[in-house]
Amino acid sequence: MTALRPDLAIIAREVRANARILDVGCGDGLLMAALRDTKNVDARGMELDARDVATAVARGLSVVQGDADVDLANYPDGSFDYAILSQTLQTTKRPDLVLDHLVRIGRQAFVSFPNFAQWRIRFAHMFGGRMPVTEQLPHRWYDTPNIHHVTIDDFRSFLDERNIRIEGQWFLSGDKPRNERLANLLAQHAVFLLRRD
Amino acid sequence: MVLLRVSVVSRETADMAMYMDGDTRFGLDKKAQLLGPVKLDSGAEFAPVEFAYETYGTLNPDKSNAILICHALTGDQYVASKHPLTGKAGWWTRMVGPDKPIDPARHCIISINVMGSCMGSSGPASLDPATSAPYAMSFPVITIADMVRAQALLLDHLGIEVLEAVVGGSMGGMQALSWAALYPERVRSAVVIASTARHSAQNIAFHEVGRQAIMADPRWNNGAYYGREAPVAGLAVARMAAHITYLSEAGLTEKFGRRLQNRDAKSFGFDADFQVESYLRYQGLSFVDRFDANSYLYITRAMDYFDLAEPHDGVLAKAFAGTKTRFCLISFDSDWLYPTAESRCIVHALNAAGAAASFVELSSPFGHDAFLLDAPEMNRTVDGFLRAGESR
Repeated sequence: MTALRPDLAIIAREVRANARILDVGCGDGLLMAALRDTKNVDARGMELDARDVATAVARGLSVVQGDADVDLANYPDGSFDYAILSQTLQTTKRPDLVLDHLVRIGRQAFVSFPNFAQWRIRFAHMFGGRMPVTEQLPHRWYDTPNIHHVTIDDFRSFLDERNIRIEGQWFLSGDKPRNERLANLLAQHAVFLLRRD
Repeated sequence: MVLLRVSVVSRETADMAMYMDGDTRFGLDKKAQLLGPVKLDSGAEFAPVEFAYETYGTLNPDKSNAILICHALTGDQYVASKHPLTGKAGWWTRMVGPDKPIDPARHCIISINVMGSCMGSSGPASLDPATSAPYAMSFPVITIADMVRAQALLLDHLGIEVLEAVVGGSMGGMQALSWAALYPERVRSAVVIASTARHSAQNIAFHEVGRQAIMADPRWNNGAYYGREAPVAGLAVARMAAHITYLSEAGLTEKFGRRLQNRDAKSFGFDADFQVESYLRYQGLSFVDRFDANSYLYITRAMDYFDLAEPHDGVLAKAFAGTKTRFCLISFDSDWLYPTAESRCIVHALNAAGAAASFVELSSPFGHDAFLLDAPEMNRTVDGFLRAGESR
């Protein structure tokens, strides 16, 4: 599990053993494989990229090629203990609808995303006058897959509007955890554990 | 059309097939006649049932390594051994064989000529024991489920209760799905490639063109042509029309374009001026040497009747309710016969049923036929999927 990205390591640590999970945007299945191997989790995945799907299936994982914006509608309510969306929210066409599905399909949902209000990004934008290109968001304005940037405060107010409860939150600077204080300004990444009220 | 059975088995396939000591039920070019009956969807019963089949590899002591390969419309049991009529290598040697995803060193591989076909299993060209004449059109109209029920009889005969996997492309995929729906406790994994859970109006329409071509051939004679000249002209046209649906527009353009066949200018006649015409004519003509026209009618009918959701109030997920079978679905982006959307429908139903399902759409320029050709990603996916099932 040491090879897991820091936000995935948090999710891997927090998921209950023997749970049933849906990893939306599972990539080549690293998190799923780790959860299966260390926590006996029944893991299912969805991924847009065909090569990643083939790699995940070759790992023995149950992964379907699909698009979070389209294919989540077909999963029944409460069919998973956890629905997981890691670093994918900002790439969806309708993050609001994807989040609605996530807390519908999973009894709980993990969502992780890069925080667009972190001070380096604010700084680059304010003084550079250009779309920020940072280590965690390395793409340029025209080729970025991240089409719906979100800040921690945006996300919280969205949850509030939708009556989605926060049951856990973790913040990262690089790969180091940091506390909640001034997270919107200081954290590069956020991980939330959610439940629909 | 009389089919001469020539048992020619190449040395390497004979080496590949390891016979179980003294058990004559296993091996190459096997035949079995079982009392049955097979209860058909039409309400009729069919008995006795003849089977032509092959096995490669050895059944392990706990009988947990059996893989059934289901063939497509015009396929047969010669998955990985030489075809007795054409002399060509098996039709799926890219998937089945030493160091392939389905490997006789690891698996006991079974392939059965489907009921209704013409390579030795009961079909319209078989002799009706009641009359000692070919069944012809008195052969019952069958369905994909009927084919599967018949296969289950043969597996009982082979002493195989549970299959590690059922694997099939195209109509073979329909059988794999039907196996999982009809006998969920007998199927641990199902691999469904370039297939569908129901025949669309377009699928039925193309098949109807083929059937009408056969029936419009005066030699068809309402199916009673055995011992005489067969309706080869009609069957060849049926094959030509169907063959187009197995390819893609881009594939045809790349292979033939508008190039002329062995000539510098158009003939201003109706000879095969274009390479694509010549190719299709060849496909049609070579097909009639190995296939029976009535079998073509019966099997296309079975495919047209296929709608796995139909017996479940139109809800496909109900066909898989509570299933423990693992599924792997693969589609190809240039396949317009059974396009990705059809596989996706199946995946949605499997998700709704809570089944363990994997699905990937692979890229290929070759249309529906892609599953029969070199497709390294397909092999990698199937290999990983099967191995994961074996390690459980």
